[in-house]
Amino acid sequence: MSGAAASGEGPVWEVFVQEKAGDPHKHAGSVHAHDAEMALQHARDVYARRGQVASMWVVPHAAISASMPADNASFFDPADDKIYRLPAHYLSPASDRRR
Amino acid sequence: MPDGASQLTTPADFAFAGYLARLADSHLVLGHRLSEWCGHGPVLEEDLALTNLALDCLGHATVLLRLLGQADGTGRDEDQLAYFREAVEFRNVLLVEQPNGDFARTIARVFLFAAYALPLYEQLQRSTDAALAAAATKFHPELRYHLRHAARWMLILGDGTDESHRRLQEAIDAWWPYTGELFALWPDDPALIERGLIPHPDRVRAAWEATITEVLGQARLARPVAGMHMLLGGPIGRHTETLGYLLAEMQIVARSFPGASW
Repeated sequence: MSGAAASGEGPVWEVFVQEKAGDPHKHAGSVHAHDAEMALQHARDVYARRGQVASMWVVPHAAISASMPADNASFFDPADDKIYRLPAHYLSPASDRRR
Repeated sequence: MPDGASQLTTPADFAFAGYLARLADSHLVLGHRLSEWCGHGPVLEEDLALTNLALDCLGHATVLLRLLGQADGTGRDEDQLAYFREAVEFRNVLLVEQPNGDFARTIARVFLFAAYALPLYEQLQRSTDAALAAAATKFHPELRYHLRHAARWMLILGDGTDESHRRLQEAIDAWWPYTGELFALWPDDPALIERGLIPHPDRVRAAWEATITEVLGQARLARPVAGMHMLLGGPIGRHTETLGYLLAEMQIVARSFPGASW
């Protein structure tokens, strides 16, 4: 990020767009900008000119902590081979299937 | 007599048409200058921002030229007015026709013009001409964004590096002699003000001064000395040489292939 800032384009900001009130903000892409206000303006020009937008967030890319792809096997170990971890494995007392 | 002239229901109003031409041509020429940045912006994001501003300006010009073609009694449409008039027939202020210069000059010009256009169209929303008032209501939020964008760059560049500060100060100094024309009162204007069609330029100037003082102060920029000689001429068709070259480029396709569509 410091390299991008030194290049004159400014650091990278991630852009999140909400299409209508109550919806989640979804990641739309990223822009370069020198500050948050200019990041919002660029995000508006790049991601909001077409289509409906209710709200927009910009977040400094450096503020995001991301998982490492190399860790995926252990970090995202799916639990589907341990069926006792899944709520559907357990039958409630009222369940017809038990009888 | 041009086609369609017989459909006119109102007589020509040359004083009002002259005022509309000042507005329409200023937006058209500024829009063309901004469009010259397409593909040359300092970064992709700003390239898009400048061309979006350019498109807004062309949209404003389109609406105003249509009103002009009705007010002057000729029934000309926006394309005839944009592409088939000569430089001496254009009424834009001299500020907008000057070459872009560097990015600081481009931004400083958008700032100075938007700081004028925003209060102007705020007041034109109360024009006694319903079509102009409706156009002003449509333009106003777009002009608010032009000012927001340019003012932010004024802060970033003015309060940025030594070089960005120097270039922006030079830009403000270079444009300053062109700002007096924005608020000039021309001979036909008092009657238009009397009819409630347009605001008095002093009322627009007061809002412009407040914006300029605030932003120049925040950006640590010096205001040029008072009493500087102001350049006048655009609204009476006395343009600088550069407008002819701009129009040659803007008009060449329409004149080479009249009536073409694509």
